[in-house]
Amino acid sequence: MSANLSAIFYLISGVLFILALRGLSSPETSRQGNFFGILGMTIAITVTFLSIGSFSSGLIYVLIFLLIGGLIGAFIAYKIPMTAMPELVAGFHSLVGLSAVLVAVSAFLNPEAFNLGSSGSIKLASLIEMSIGAAVGAITFSGSIIAFLKLQGIMSGSPITFRGQHLFNALLLISIVALTYLLCSTQSSNFFWMLLVVSFVIGFLLIIPIGGADMPVVISMLNSYSGWAAAGIGFTLENSALIITGALVGSSGAILSYIMCKGMNRSFFNVILGGFGVTEQSSTSQNKEQKPVKNGNAEDAAFLMKNASSVIIVPGYGMAVAQAQHALREMVDTLKKNDIKVSYAIHPVAGRMPGHMNVLLAEANVPYDEVFELEEINNDFANADVAFVIGANDVTNPAAKNDPQSPIYGMPVLDVEKCKSVLFVKRSLSPGYAGIDNELFYKENTLMLFADAKKMTEDITKNLD
Amino acid sequence: MEIDPFIFRLSIFILSIFIGYYVVWSVTPSLHTPLMSVTNAISSVIIVGAIIAGLAGNSDNDFTISNILGFLAISLAAVNIFGGFLVTQRMLQMYKKKKKDK
Repeated sequence: MSANLSAIFYLISGVLFILALRGLSSPETSRQGNFFGILGMTIAITVTFLSIGSFSSGLIYVLIFLLIGGLIGAFIAYKIPMTAMPELVAGFHSLVGLSAVLVAVSAFLNPEAFNLGSSGSIKLASLIEMSIGAAVGAITFSGSIIAFLKLQGIMSGSPITFRGQHLFNALLLISIVALTYLLCSTQSSNFFWMLLVVSFVIGFLLIIPIGGADMPVVISMLNSYSGWAAAGIGFTLENSALIITGALVGSSGAILSYIMCKGMNRSFFNVILGGFGVTEQSSTSQNKEQKPVKNGNAEDAAFLMKNASSVIIVPGYGMAVAQAQHALREMVDTLKKNDIKVSYAIHPVAGRMPGHMNVLLAEANVPYDEVFELEEINNDFANADVAFVIGANDVTNPAAKNDPQSPIYGMPVLDVEKCKSVLFVKRSLSPGYAGIDNELFYKENTLMLFADAKKMTEDITKNLD
Repeated sequence: MEIDPFIFRLSIFILSIFIGYYVVWSVTPSLHTPLMSVTNAISSVIIVGAIIAGLAGNSDNDFTISNILGFLAISLAAVNIFGGFLVTQRMLQMYKKKKKDK
């Protein structure tokens, strides 16, 4: 296949990838979009085989490795529970990062195969592109591994910080630029290896100071990085499919990070520099006087909801942890049988990744037109009778609106306090990740339901009958 | 003066960033998780580079480190491609509209 023809096919697969993302603008078109994505990938892989033309015995190995990877991927995709989606995505990011590194190393060792000049005298532009691809890939890899470990709970979700961390990271970043320069001027492979090592370390150090609840930003950011790494490799290989995809994924991740940061009213750098909540904890523990809360049980909650005409459900990470989405939907079904209007309110940063709650509710067969975003539903709280907050906390805290001293001041929150009564399903009175007390707990019209979210919703359903 | 092909690739890159920007803003927030998994899958088009790396050289059964790294990268990218698209498919199947009779 001629180089021009294959370039056209790569362009087609790039366009199909654009259509794949475009399809996600609504759930109806999304399945078709995913099909376009698969088609684009098939074209890109087929064209690559055809453009190589003469096949060595290596082909059989290529197919074997492709098959092994494919089987593992398919197996994971079918087995993975929906609650583990953040871990899965983080894990997948690390694979993109690592394959970018491997391809870059392979191209560095054998530049002839990629038309980049010969070993020891690689074209300058290629060398720069390769370094960028490899460095960003390595950062994506180690960063995603840490994110994965934190999400899995293997590593503590609390921020790990040390003195001089930011200065150290800044020095490492500068050294990447310096190493790239040295690599380009000397063509010495030692600098290339050093560059890789430093990048791995940066990825690691960049993510360890970031706390669990900031994971939505981290995952989106790593998503973005994996795109830039692919684009870097795309420039090296002079492949338009990779360049287009890399740019798409890169901007996609960047936009998601922006949306997540906005949902927390924090700047991107504030999140990345990490350590949120560490300094705040000491100040809040001082004024922690014991205030009375109204403690309820499933019977009280069922009574309140039975007499309501509309209920708004506010799910949070606690629902995912307790796997309570199915029990929740059953409760809602019972409510609907009693002619009670039910809708769901989703805060942009609820859960551990963008759209996390929506996927869980969809899994529990909740129709997506009953699920609303913050701006769509926030005015409805004033007219609703009961707000049922399940596993969420900070995203409902009125302190974000009326306490300028609060660390979450300015963050958009759901106005649950405007409801006639508020039900909080929580395991304990412990504050959220930000270490801030929620004044809602002590309000006259708030009923606290201390229990596991799944068990409590099941009990309420029983009491509703 | 002739234009360096690099400039053309750079143009594709910059324009694609803008396409990505507008396309992704139009993605509905409830599909942000599938968006992440599908971007994950498509960024594994890096497998193109991995295949070239794996097949480079053409000397029979005499694989260089470069080839072996290519093979490994193929496996990793394949995990992502199959896993990413299938899990996206699985998620998207779950998004249903309210039934009319309810």
